[in-house]
Amino acid sequence: MSESAASPSEPPLRTTPLDALHRELGGKMVPFAGYAMPVQYPAGVLKEHLHTRAKAGLFDVSHMGQVRLTGDDPAGALERIVPGAIRAVKPGRQRYTLLLNETGGILDDLMVANAGDHLFAVLNAACKAEDIAHLRAHLTDVDLVELTEHALLALQGPAAAAVLETLAPEVATMRFMDACALEIRGVPCFVTRSGYTGEDGFEISVPADAAEDLARTLLAHEDVAPIGLGARDSLRLEAGLCLYGSDIDTTTTPIEADLAWTLGKARREAGDFPGAEIILEQLRDGPGRKRVGIRPEGRAPARAGTPIHAPGGEAIGVVTSGGFGPTVEGPVAMGYVPAPLAAPGTELDLMVRGRALPARVVSLPFTPPRQHRG
Amino acid sequence: MSTLYFTEDHEWIAVDGDTATVGITDYAQKQLGDVVFVEVPEAGKTLAKGDEAAVIESVKAASEVYAPVSGAVIEGNADLADAPATVNESPMDDGWFFKMTLSDTSELDDLMDQEAYDSFVAGLD
Repeated sequence: MSESAASPSEPPLRTTPLDALHRELGGKMVPFAGYAMPVQYPAGVLKEHLHTRAKAGLFDVSHMGQVRLTGDDPAGALERIVPGAIRAVKPGRQRYTLLLNETGGILDDLMVANAGDHLFAVLNAACKAEDIAHLRAHLTDVDLVELTEHALLALQGPAAAAVLETLAPEVATMRFMDACALEIRGVPCFVTRSGYTGEDGFEISVPADAAEDLARTLLAHEDVAPIGLGARDSLRLEAGLCLYGSDIDTTTTPIEADLAWTLGKARREAGDFPGAEIILEQLRDGPGRKRVGIRPEGRAPARAGTPIHAPGGEAIGVVTSGGFGPTVEGPVAMGYVPAPLAAPGTELDLMVRGRALPARVVSLPFTPPRQHRG
Repeated sequence: MSTLYFTEDHEWIAVDGDTATVGITDYAQKQLGDVVFVEVPEAGKTLAKGDEAAVIESVKAASEVYAPVSGAVIEGNADLADAPATVNESPMDDGWFFKMTLSDTSELDDLMDQEAYDSFVAGLD
């Protein structure tokens, strides 16, 4: 046995329909959520990040779970396990919501679109198997189909709309969080005007056998460059968006995570979602701790896991995401602090390599949101 | 005229008598990606071979630079604080990390020369 032989306990990595294209483009492939995914291309994380903010970036997010929910009332059924007003999502619209457990902890965050005769949901790659089992167990009156034969591409950035309009003119009239089934060069796709970068952009669900052709067509446009997972993470961090498993998980509630806006108004009044007692109590009385944006002074990044201390004092929290923000041109982070210390401007110490680095609580996002709100 | 040595941690060390300049190789900077923060040791700091001597953070991750040999730091490259990307642009020259005096030149015997390092790197891909 050679040293490089995979251990028998580790299943081989799955690949997306764009695997050959990633390798052809020089993508540096790494394991992520059981898939071989490009963490970066030859341009590198920094340039890929800046290109997405300046023009348009193409991301392969085919590792994410795509499911179709049908039945008499899939929206009503889904409301049993999420706090969002899913029945209020009109046909052609999409909403961000949370799968909750009985203690108000977050099992996953997801996007749900009303596609008219069904709901279309996008789940995190690392959670999708458990999510689907959870959905099947709780939504026995709903038919769930996982779209395993579909890729998911994200086209993000200020030039995204102009580029996609050359292939599908109807996207011009879409606004942020619109969702629509349409044909792109004869291929049936499901397109949402949303993303994970804070920029205007689209996510395109496309049949696997047509994905590479679509990706090549988009990349042929001079404004479009391929973007890996590295820049995807720095873009979403600057945009103040949560990464499941880092910033939110089963130990955090929507209120602690500063995601109270995902609670539908009628849902709050009815209190008819998992963990409602705990969540509504935190909503009323305030949570003990809160997710905040953190801007370290100086240039040293504070990575996830960095302890947060009161200035010159005791440990009060931990950084859940952190790194260098290429657009901010400095270090950026998110983490949990006690609610009395969550106000913007509050001074904190970040304990990096045994030393206290001064930092401040700041409002999120770090970069101005530029979604197309119409 | 200095002599160039390399470590398996992808550091270079240019030795001239009992003083040396330390940096990271082109291979190392390519693996790290865009460097966004560098912390170099202060003058006077004593380092044993293998001690953590400097910190280098790329967009992706934090890494340490270890002292390739024992000695005392003469000077850290102060320019890297404001221009960390110099490590990417000129790893073997302007992107040097620190200069030191060597306390035991026999430690150099354990290091690789250019030819050995090149074949070491070739074996990694």
